[in-house]
Amino acid sequence: MAETVRCVRGILCNFRSFLHTEMLLALLVLHVVSPFYNTAAVEILRPRGVSLLHKPFYDESKPFTCLDGSATIPFDQVNDDYCDCKDGTDEPGTAACPNMKYYCSNKGFTPKTIPSSRVNDGICDCCDGTDEYSGLILCEDKCREMGAVELEQRRKQAEVINKGFQMRQNLVADGKQVRQDREAKLNALKEEKQVEETKKQEAQAAKEAAEAPEKEAVDKHKKAWEEVKAARELEKQKEAGTAAFAELDLDGDGLIKLEEFQTHLEFDDDVDGEVTEEEAKTHLGDVTEVDLDRFLTESWPKIKDLYQGEKDKAKAPPAEEPTKGDTDEPPSEDPVPPPTDEEEEREEEEEEERFEEDDNDDEVEDEDDDDDLDDDLDDDYPDEEEEPDVDMTKDEAKPDEDEMPEYDEETKQLIAAADQARAEYTEANKKVNDIDTQIRQLEKQLGTDFGPESEYSSLDGQCFELETKEYKYKLCPFDKCTQSPKHGGSETTLGRWEKWAGPEENKYIAMKYTKGQNCWNGPDRSTEVRMTCGIENKLLSASEPNRCEYVFDFETPAMCTQEVPTNPEFTHEEL
Amino acid sequence: MGLIYCSALIWSLRMGNMPRPKLLLLLALCVLGAEAVDRSNFKTCDQSSFCKRHRNLQPGMSPYRALMDTVQMTPEGLSMKVLNTRNKVELQLHLAAVNINTARLTIDEINPIRERFRPTDALSKEPTIAEASILAQDDNSVTLGFLQNKAVVTSDPFRIDFLVDDELAISVNSRGLMKFEQYRKRKNNDEPAEGQENGENQEGEKQEGEGDEEKPVEEEDEPGMWEETFKSHHDSKPYGPSSVGLDFSFPGVEHVYGIPEHADTFALKTTTSGEPYRLYNLDVFEYELHNPMALYGSIPVMIAHNAQRTVGLFWMNAAETWIDISSNTAGKTVFGKMLDYVKGGSEMPQTDTHWISESGVIDVFFMLGPNPGQVFSQYTDLTGKPAMPPLFAIAYHQSRWNYNDEEDVKNVDAGFDDNDIPYDVLWLDIEHTDGKRYMTWDKHKFPTPKDMQDRVAAKGRKMVVIVDPHIKRDDNYHIHKDAKDHGYYVKSKDGGDFEGWCWPGSSSYLDFINPTVRDWWASRFDLGTFEGSTKNLFIWNDMNEPSVFNGPEITMHKDAVHYGGWEHRDVHNIFGMYLPKSTYLGLMQRSHGKERPFVLSRAFFAGYHRYGAVWTGDNTAEWGHLQISIPMLLSLSVAGQSFVGADVGGFFKNPDSELLLRWYQAAAYQPFFRAHAHLDTRRREPWLFDKETMGGIREAIRARYALLPYWYTLFYQAATRGMPVMRPLWVEFPQDTSTFATEDEFMIGYALLAHPVTEAGASGVQVYFPGEGQVWYDVDTHKRHNGGVTEYIPVTLTKIPVFQKGGTIVARKERIRRASSLTSRDPYTFTIALDKQGTATGELFVDDGHSFKYRDNNRFLHKNYLFENNKLISRTMDMNGEFETKSWVERIIIIGLPKAPTTVTIDGVRDIMIDKKNLEFRYTPDTQTLVIRKPAVNVAQNWSITLQNLPCCYMGGDRGEGLGSYLCGNR
Repeated sequence: MAETVRCVRGILCNFRSFLHTEMLLALLVLHVVSPFYNTAAVEILRPRGVSLLHKPFYDESKPFTCLDGSATIPFDQVNDDYCDCKDGTDEPGTAACPNMKYYCSNKGFTPKTIPSSRVNDGICDCCDGTDEYSGLILCEDKCREMGAVELEQRRKQAEVINKGFQMRQNLVADGKQVRQDREAKLNALKEEKQVEETKKQEAQAAKEAAEAPEKEAVDKHKKAWEEVKAARELEKQKEAGTAAFAELDLDGDGLIKLEEFQTHLEFDDDVDGEVTEEEAKTHLGDVTEVDLDRFLTESWPKIKDLYQGEKDKAKAPPAEEPTKGDTDEPPSEDPVPPPTDEEEEREEEEEEERFEEDDNDDEVEDEDDDDDLDDDLDDDYPDEEEEPDVDMTKDEAKPDEDEMPEYDEETKQLIAAADQARAEYTEANKKVNDIDTQIRQLEKQLGTDFGPESEYSSLDGQCFELETKEYKYKLCPFDKCTQSPKHGGSETTLGRWEKWAGPEENKYIAMKYTKGQNCWNGPDRSTEVRMTCGIENKLLSASEPNRCEYVFDFETPAMCTQEVPTNPEFTHEEL
Repeated sequence: MGLIYCSALIWSLRMGNMPRPKLLLLLALCVLGAEAVDRSNFKTCDQSSFCKRHRNLQPGMSPYRALMDTVQMTPEGLSMKVLNTRNKVELQLHLAAVNINTARLTIDEINPIRERFRPTDALSKEPTIAEASILAQDDNSVTLGFLQNKAVVTSDPFRIDFLVDDELAISVNSRGLMKFEQYRKRKNNDEPAEGQENGENQEGEKQEGEGDEEKPVEEEDEPGMWEETFKSHHDSKPYGPSSVGLDFSFPGVEHVYGIPEHADTFALKTTTSGEPYRLYNLDVFEYELHNPMALYGSIPVMIAHNAQRTVGLFWMNAAETWIDISSNTAGKTVFGKMLDYVKGGSEMPQTDTHWISESGVIDVFFMLGPNPGQVFSQYTDLTGKPAMPPLFAIAYHQSRWNYNDEEDVKNVDAGFDDNDIPYDVLWLDIEHTDGKRYMTWDKHKFPTPKDMQDRVAAKGRKMVVIVDPHIKRDDNYHIHKDAKDHGYYVKSKDGGDFEGWCWPGSSSYLDFINPTVRDWWASRFDLGTFEGSTKNLFIWNDMNEPSVFNGPEITMHKDAVHYGGWEHRDVHNIFGMYLPKSTYLGLMQRSHGKERPFVLSRAFFAGYHRYGAVWTGDNTAEWGHLQISIPMLLSLSVAGQSFVGADVGGFFKNPDSELLLRWYQAAAYQPFFRAHAHLDTRRREPWLFDKETMGGIREAIRARYALLPYWYTLFYQAATRGMPVMRPLWVEFPQDTSTFATEDEFMIGYALLAHPVTEAGASGVQVYFPGEGQVWYDVDTHKRHNGGVTEYIPVTLTKIPVFQKGGTIVARKERIRRASSLTSRDPYTFTIALDKQGTATGELFVDDGHSFKYRDNNRFLHKNYLFENNKLISRTMDMNGEFETKSWVERIIIIGLPKAPTTVTIDGVRDIMIDKKNLEFRYTPDTQTLVIRKPAVNVAQNWSITLQNLPCCYMGGDRGEGLGSYLCGNR
């Protein structure tokens, strides 16, 4: 540190007021503390701006040493409106030192420490007015008046706090009970799950045991039916072939000759309007004539798909006969019909509303989206004329002979037994799943931090709303925060529950909800919920101090963590 | 990033009233403009037909000839005619000496078919014609002499050379680029829509018929002369081409400055390889750095400086203007017979400039210096001295788009007090209004605006609200109703009220060219008329380029029609200035001429400095934008606009804490100190940052507050002498060539050098300490630095490299109150930094900080402080002033004192009665600093303080070179 040369005090170095009498006042005038009206008179002298706590440092009988030890000065340079100490402690009662504090005892109210730069600046900062003594402004002592008001307020506040505290006791109890109940329930469920799991396994075994014979019997029955069906088909072909033979055998001589065959233009392979002998011969089976037996075994299977009998010729054949099985049910209507014009308009309006109310964040994209949407609609819903023509009357009752005969009694019994076993298994499985769902939910609830004493537990599952000029805000604790325009429009998620977000030592005074709807060109929306003590659960305010970052104020008895004296008083160190 | 481009438009949508088709149109614009600044929204010289025509001229082919037989000396100076030998059109030239060391050249048409606009409101008054005489005249030249200057007009080729002390300073038309497009009738008027071909045919026929060489050559019509389309905007150009252009050369000069506003270097660049600098007031979204594109305001003033002299040029033209700058090393040039001073054969640098304006006359002022201070004085003799701002206006301003409601205002106000950070003014952007109807309040968010202002004012603070010139077309809005009914709006080319889109949606624009409109507007600010206003409310005028969202280049159509029949093209660059001018008048009238107004404007023109401050518009939270703030503010400062600043933190985007802190530190040493931010940015009040950042910001703001007495004195110097407050180094060190291109450091007034940290993660800065033989002292540590060298100065996050020049005295008030107005009785600390001769001088101006009494009633103190021969003397500098103050002298700090005195005494000066007495003091040899405790004299008094038993002179050599050399005892 630099060597310091200081003039010798006493050789006119002492301060003399040069102009302002009020500066004299600022000097060594000790601040006389007037006694509080209803307490024993205590008169404590100390330099202006010094708290009782610091009084011992200011001993007028000795030179003053700065509290940081940076200098020692004659005591008459304390509060002489010149800053001598680095830490400013020589000027507690003037504005001479930067970063110094001025203490006003504010009798009748609560004491206050203000930056000493507010001393004599023309603004009354202390209710006792002691910070303004230069004459620039007259500050009346308003401490008692303010104190009375303040005490009344505090009394009311204390009532609220204490009432809230009582309510909180219940919340804590409830919360604990709920937690216990949940834990108990969880344990019970876990046990039950074990039991049900066993039952499920048993049911599965029973089901498998019943399904084996059932399958065997059913397969057998079905196989027999397939055989019958095959035989029937064969017979049908034979009948058709015989009929065709009869039709083709024009001269009725029991033989089909090439000439007779050539009369059927469907065998005109090269479509030249004439069935040549070669063509007829190929279809007939490389022979010039066939009898019925040979026709049925060799020729008919080859030509049956081509052959057009008299009946076929009588009416135009359908392009394609609907195949059985394709239309078991009447054709279903389009799952989503193309929107009508009206609907389209409405959608557009909604789109527009979102567009305008959603902080106008999405305009550009939305515009594009509109177009995209139209395109999509076109793709998804072809114009009506393009739709396949579905004739609902076509679905005729099927001939009885095509139906499989009923199972025999034995098989029926086996099926019934298997159905029973399956139902029992399904039931058992469902029970296990239900229990799992419950367990998961309980585990999630038990995993949620409902406060150090579970006092916030009751808020879970509830929602609280607040209406402002433009919006309805909603807080569903431990779930999400939302905002919806009051005059219609979709709800915007302002964040989903993430965590308690107060400062480390007091994290339960704020909640954080994150990952809400994304802001155009910005972050995901998020909300901080600031919690205060109150006698009801109530959303007090909602604001957006930063774009897409919301702040809710919420009061709840759960925040009333301490009882306070119902008859508050001001604590004065000197009392 | 690109999409942010749309935010302005999208904001207009928030107002709700925009019908869907319009909205889609604007959104389409958005999508198109998806790349940073959308340069395609703004014209290049090639896209501005007149600029292209002028730029295509070849040097050395001037068709103009001064007609010597028309030379006349008139009361308006030298008068003569100038002939265009090509088209035989004669022009009238006037060349006059005006004021002091200033010349004015005007060239206009003789009997034009249409009058040309002259933006004479740039001038504070008609300049005084000064004495001048013809020194010589012959067949080819005439020489006008005035004071130590000469102006030589050469006839053929036509040129004018200005000589200062017989040295060539400025040459006019030496490259022969003059072009004056006289108003004319359009050829083939019947078929205006028909093409070029027809015209050519006709011309051909004519020429055939003429055959006479003496006959004028008809100028060919070029595309863009009679109508022009830019993007989707059509300019009907009913009067055809009317541009003017002229070249000016500065022999011996390598550096020219000024012509704001551009986001470019302080020393202007040559433009030969790119676009010319453009002056055309425009609302440029997310402007690009290092670009000659036009920005919000225009001051067609250029300063040319070299080690020998400083001169200035004021091209008084309000139309769109382009300026080309080229630099060559001019060899020995034939200047004419008078120019025999040219140093034979020696090469010297030369800067050539070419000025092109779309309409108006050639009206140029030449400020012949010859030193920087004289140029500033000469320019402000023409355009008026800058307004003396009220004290609060040069303190710290807190702004944001937007402080949302009265509660928000209350909380921000309280936040400063809770964190013990001073501030003076809280600002409200457009959202405070009822649907962008200016001079109204949103009834829900600001139900009790007067109470709100009173609450803020109770702590000595003020508020500012924005008032823009676009008026919402809503018949229930009284301003619109009045304006519409009285015909106060600018008209479109078709005669109806011009309508454009701005914040409120469909808007019209008050025609401030009309003096009646200006008076009417001013009367809107009466406290009884402007509902919810109090005397503590001041005004911010924005968007006054004017910004028209759907107009060509985001501004007004050039064929829009103003009062007096002027086209918008004629008045564009001065138009924006009339709004703050009228606002200024309004604020003045509201206090019956007693209180000094405060107005901030985005658009400006030459002469605007008479009314208020400007800021550099919508910058971005990037280091580059912090860096460019210095050259941008310097360019404005040398062009007369002293009260300038840039948005602290950057308007767009979010600064990180380091950038924000560095920005505060830089801006604390710039004239207009306001934090501002875009609506979409995160809140950035200082207390929202970490402790160190907030602490650093607090210290920066406090440093500003402590220095306010010095700042205030500098603003008084500006208001009386035209000296810029923020000065390039060469203003204080005109001969130090190392400073000519410096733009990372600057002087605040005469005493302080600032080199703000403008780079991320900096651990130090390279500071050039100007002035051979000069000494400098770090204002924090009092560490000494020698002039003429560059030194690496290490910095911490909270360090602001600021240095006091040896030989200066700076006054501070070190008690930091909540607002500047609360410090009026507080004591002063004088910091005396000694030069090598052990001397120092300084000034202090004191008045009530807010009224015109200093001007009208001489209620002020203007003190001079001189330290020499170990004696500090306080004298009254301006004996006219008298002012009573409670402020006293708390402390005197003398830096650079090699040895402690034995005693320090204070005494009265002359007949001032002060009891002579000894003062306590403390001397620190390490830093050679003497602190004198409590002289405790009133600052209004004259007194002297004497240091005893010190050597009478000391060489001020390096420390350690020793006390031994200080030989002398008391003189």
